[in-house]
Amino acid sequence: MQAHLKQTYNYAFLDEGSKKEIRRTTLKAVAIPGYQVPFASREMPIGRGWGTGGLQLTLSLIGDQDCLKVIDQGNDDSVNAVSIKKLVQSCTEAEVTTDSERATLIQTRHRIPEVPIRADQILIFQVPLPEPLRMVEAKERKTKQLHAEMDYSGIWLRLYEDIVKWGKISIGADYPALAHKRYIFAPSPIPRYDLPKLNRADGLFLFGAGREKKIYAIPPYTDVEPLAFDDYPFEVEHFDGCTCRLCGSNDTFLDEIFDETTGQKFYQCSDTGNCQKRQEKRHTP
Amino acid sequence: MIHDESRPLLSVRHLTKRFGKGCVACSHPEQLPEGNNHCPHCGTVWAVNDISFDLYEGEILGIVGESGSGKSSLVQCLYFDNTVTDGSATIATYQDGTANIFRESSQQKRYIRNHLMGMVYQNPWIGLRMQFSSGGNIAEKLIAAGTFNVHEIRARAKELLNHVEIPVTRMDEAPLHFSGGMQQRVQISKALANHPPILLLDEVTTGLDLSVQARVLDLIRRIQRESRTAMIVVSHDLGVIRMLCDRTMVMKEGRCIEAGLTDQILEDPHHAYTQLLVHSLL
Repeated sequence: MQAHLKQTYNYAFLDEGSKKEIRRTTLKAVAIPGYQVPFASREMPIGRGWGTGGLQLTLSLIGDQDCLKVIDQGNDDSVNAVSIKKLVQSCTEAEVTTDSERATLIQTRHRIPEVPIRADQILIFQVPLPEPLRMVEAKERKTKQLHAEMDYSGIWLRLYEDIVKWGKISIGADYPALAHKRYIFAPSPIPRYDLPKLNRADGLFLFGAGREKKIYAIPPYTDVEPLAFDDYPFEVEHFDGCTCRLCGSNDTFLDEIFDETTGQKFYQCSDTGNCQKRQEKRHTP
Repeated sequence: MIHDESRPLLSVRHLTKRFGKGCVACSHPEQLPEGNNHCPHCGTVWAVNDISFDLYEGEILGIVGESGSGKSSLVQCLYFDNTVTDGSATIATYQDGTANIFRESSQQKRYIRNHLMGMVYQNPWIGLRMQFSSGGNIAEKLIAAGTFNVHEIRARAKELLNHVEIPVTRMDEAPLHFSGGMQQRVQISKALANHPPILLLDEVTTGLDLSVQARVLDLIRRIQRESRTAMIVVSHDLGVIRMLCDRTMVMKEGRCIEAGLTDQILEDPHHAYTQLLVHSLL
């Protein structure tokens, strides 16, 4: 009689060798802020481009004592965020939360939570395109050389051309920045609004690009300067006169929502976890 | 920049550039057959063979020779587009002329390229980013040298384009849409952006019609007069050399076969090849 075959996975899905390699890569990334360290990106049960880089970082770090929050464009309830949370829950005993202050690990796509990251928290970014110089140089061999020689005139020239053409720099999300006065890095497509949060922060920021097989990091208290000309300073998005329709806040990053039937425009917090907490506070004075 | 006039600005010694591995039969250049820079055993090409010269401030040095004589390889080596096989070069204003620039790190080479040298290629497609505006092309050099102020960059770009007689109204247009002569002038203004003490010009007038050629040559003379930039002019055209250069070096098969004052070389050529070259001048 043949025994029933039950497939079991290692703790946190990845085998120990893989986790070790990812941790080692992470250590190197932390040691050289902004430098893209190559790693052997594993096949994951989600498609490449759906956050496999971030997921591998999360799985290499997570333990039973951890509390995980996963957000997608600030949203805790999107399909992708929920699926990733489910996957992690099915192969660890770690807790999940929507409260960014309770979480020890936060995996995110395209946003940084409104509440600043503390020293005991790690924020993990899902990165689609880790190479900030790709828009000016197509070849990987060349961009590596440009980074090595700190030859960044190409990307600066792009910004200059933007100013000449449009009167301002037209990059909305994924605005390139200089890490610790050395490497230019892509902060993943976070809005410009979030970029200053990386500068001299208390927490650790890790960036994982699964498809492009790169890991990089912004360690705590690292200088992060967005690229800007002396006479065209860096600017963040403004929401003057707009408030969240759910929690009433006017100091957070707002999403514009358009109602097709009435033609009305609404604004509401992009960070749903934070919005939820504010709503609760409002109802319990 | 305070500089001793009697000291050469750029001093090149025993510069050698070899394409190919080399073998025992060609380990010494003297072993190569007469009148040929190919090694008959391994096929290695000795493009530049033991070239030494000095370049002084405000001087224009001409390098003349037929195609394949190694003159372009020589300036490409000096601008670090090619790595040298052997030899040294020092610049008086760089580390007081003690460092062999070929042995410097790639970061330092980049510094030398951006601050101490300008290069104008025969083909403007190599020297310019054709899709970017001509102002942007100049900006690239300025940014590389650490200018991060758009107004300053634009002011300097205007000044330079004015200098090379390109209407400022076309500053934000891509050189792609310019005529060949204009492209060449944009390239010259880009090369001059950071006031480099040394300018390398590789066949700048080749392929331009005569009236445009004359304007580019005029421009080069004016730059030399006004800013005392030292230049190396590479050309196969003795007419250009005669108009521009104080001293001339004649190259053939990677070797320097004759060097001296331009007038002297043109009036009284010693080497048989130079004689041929001068006599075939219309």
